[in-house]
Amino acid sequence: MNHAEEPILLLAHAERHKLRRAIDAISIEYEPLPSVHSMEESERRSTIIWGTDNTFKSYLVEKGDADAVWKDAAHIVEGEYFTGAQEQLYIENNGVIATFDPENGVTVWGSLQCPYYVHKALMALCGLSEDKVRVVQMETGGAFGGKEEYPSMIAGHAALLAIKSGRPVKIIYDRMEDMAATTKRHPSRTRHRTAVSKDGKILGGEIEFAIDGGAYTTLSSVVLSRGTIHAGGPYYWPSVRIRTKALATNTPPHGAFRGFGAPQSLFAMERHMDRIAQVVGISPVEIRRRNFLKPGQTTTTQQVIREEINLNHLLDRALELSDYAAKKTRFAEENKDGTRKKGIGIAAFLHGAGFTGSGERYLNSLVGVEAGADGNVRVLVSSAEFGQGTNTVLCQIAAEALGLPYENVSIAQPDTTVVPNSGPTVASRTAMIVGKLLQSAAKGIKETLTKTGFLGNDFTPEQFRAACREYIAAHETLKSYARYEAPGDVYWDDEKYRGEAYAAFAWAVYVAEVTVDLPTYAVTVDDFVALQEVGKVLHPVLAEGQITGGVAQAIGFALYEKVVWQDGRMINNQMTNYIMPTSVDVPPIRVFFEELGNVHGAHGAKGIGELAMDGPAPAIVNAVEDAIGVRFHSIPLLPEDLFEALRPAPLEQDAPSLTRGTA
Amino acid sequence: MTPSPGTNAKCEVSFTVNGEAKKLLAHPMERLLDVLRNDLKLTGAKEGCGEGECGSCSVLLDGMLVNSCLVPVAQVSGASIDTIEGISAHALMHPLQEAFLECGSAQCGICTPGMILAAVHLLEKKPEPALAEIREGLAGNLCRCTGYIQIFDAVAGAARRVAK
Repeated sequence: MNHAEEPILLLAHAERHKLRRAIDAISIEYEPLPSVHSMEESERRSTIIWGTDNTFKSYLVEKGDADAVWKDAAHIVEGEYFTGAQEQLYIENNGVIATFDPENGVTVWGSLQCPYYVHKALMALCGLSEDKVRVVQMETGGAFGGKEEYPSMIAGHAALLAIKSGRPVKIIYDRMEDMAATTKRHPSRTRHRTAVSKDGKILGGEIEFAIDGGAYTTLSSVVLSRGTIHAGGPYYWPSVRIRTKALATNTPPHGAFRGFGAPQSLFAMERHMDRIAQVVGISPVEIRRRNFLKPGQTTTTQQVIREEINLNHLLDRALELSDYAAKKTRFAEENKDGTRKKGIGIAAFLHGAGFTGSGERYLNSLVGVEAGADGNVRVLVSSAEFGQGTNTVLCQIAAEALGLPYENVSIAQPDTTVVPNSGPTVASRTAMIVGKLLQSAAKGIKETLTKTGFLGNDFTPEQFRAACREYIAAHETLKSYARYEAPGDVYWDDEKYRGEAYAAFAWAVYVAEVTVDLPTYAVTVDDFVALQEVGKVLHPVLAEGQITGGVAQAIGFALYEKVVWQDGRMINNQMTNYIMPTSVDVPPIRVFFEELGNVHGAHGAKGIGELAMDGPAPAIVNAVEDAIGVRFHSIPLLPEDLFEALRPAPLEQDAPSLTRGTA
Repeated sequence: MTPSPGTNAKCEVSFTVNGEAKKLLAHPMERLLDVLRNDLKLTGAKEGCGEGECGSCSVLLDGMLVNSCLVPVAQVSGASIDTIEGISAHALMHPLQEAFLECGSAQCGICTPGMILAAVHLLEKKPEPALAEIREGLAGNLCRCTGYIQIFDAVAGAARRVAK
């Protein structure tokens, strides 16, 4: 066993309560082996639990000569930053039902994000061929990445029990099981050492980013990749060396959670920018202004920014919308008295949409559209709806591509016997990548009907219906598929980690306003401005909902949600003592969009789902520092941490370090 | 989290659900949530946490908003229960549904039945609630998707519709 929540034995019974007695009747004898419960222990390598060096994956990004920057630096700014594990806390726990019969094989219905991931896992686990495994995604009560890989585990367990028993098997985790055993956001540590010119320009530097992968590889290499590529933020680095690694520990594996490594390394970058500003003696606004990426410049992976993004304009607008300058002055004045200190903080960031580097090429997604004799059109994709608006937006894209009313388009339930593999529902890729393919597939239907003479170039829905009816009478079915083709000009080198990391970036500037209540050490977020450029906004209401929801989750990440570990187990695995934001904890979240076109996405859309998770935590902690002048480098930042940092230093002892709070 | 009913004898329990009289055999400590979902096939109440934190299993018990995962069925003997399934004829439902749709107040939807019941409960007591009262009235119902903002908008919008 490599972690405490690892399955050993599967038990099923027709009457659930009898299982308790069965469990009580079993005793398992363990022989304890040395274990590793922190990244620091893991990298010390005194106990090896994975490979030869406890490292699942490491990356090295090099741009320019990072060793040559120090001699010209007016300032060298160092910092170390930490983020904690975070539970996705979808309100519906993981759950599946599996059946087996020798003729049809295994069927699984479940709460999940990626039907074809589960399909692939079950084929391997059960030794069944493609056509003997069927996976159906049911209405899914939230996911946020937490149902990307774990459903393959629980589906596997249910399938094995169904094969063994010959009966349908249902497994639904209760909340305590789900929180203890399933994947969470990777804890992280980032170290920055930055060479800065006298006037506050970044000359170059070194970034070390490490994440705790838990006991098995799972998605850690991919999470690490995204964290690596986002580590330099939306800034121009003439030269930089970024070293990153995913370390093994004996905790349940960490996994996908909205943002996928980027919220971790961007927290560090955006806290570090405020630190650089202090050292240089300029404002947090000015330091960003002087270092923003501009069109034509290159990112840390040397991707040329081809979009006409103007981050200074984005920043100006965010400052205006949040009334930043006036508040900054007012708070400084008001904070001289009283015990409720107010502060305001900003974060600027970017989020790459779709899979990293060559990822989309490997996925090789296929998207289908089917028209019926009644002229109604059905979208065939494995992209799953779990609250983000997938179904609405994809139907909208197909309707627009075909020139049909929205009501004439529906979407098939993701069922591997019905829909092709259009890839997983992750990485902010659905609207942009799948949507674009869907546009092509939908146009294919139209072309089939026009080329065969059943339909003219301009048509009414009635004419479309008649054409479908006639075509299907002659040819039985009317389907069109589109497969992903990598844009020809995209260059990515997996070895050197260099090139075009993403087809598009979304860009954002967020502003958080907080109050620190000194008697209780509580931090509340009073106002939040979220301004972003996500390409064309396909559905304003749903897009806004993605942002408000992401901001609320990120407020939890920053201020409330602390996973308490003991010997590699989460011991506060209940909603009673793992605290997510409630309706009284969220500020007004004011959402604004800028719209630039994006050639890679449907109707110019980019990814949106994860972006909002990246910026709030650093903006909030920057605002806390603005309010009370104490530098915190670790989240979650709980009242206990403020208490520790603000209480008078005990006599005859070293003052408590402020760098990590009490984490 | 389900308490084990063990071998104790079941008792007869009578209560009203959505206006209909029900009589069934159940272990007295069985959770009302399980009786509703398993015996009465009313699956609108959802289990999110099993410990009264998330509100997804909310029902109205004699007009009070309660977490059905914390109510032993013996305690509802003689009581009147309204679930999301039965509330559809309520005068507030149409405005609430419209407002939820318009504002995008349901994303994954798992919290929505409980949220709607909490909103009905709130608007019955306070037909024109201030934002702070809406926040307070929904504080027992967790939503992980929306950040609540769209839900506040919908409840305020529904109140305005009804007031017209």
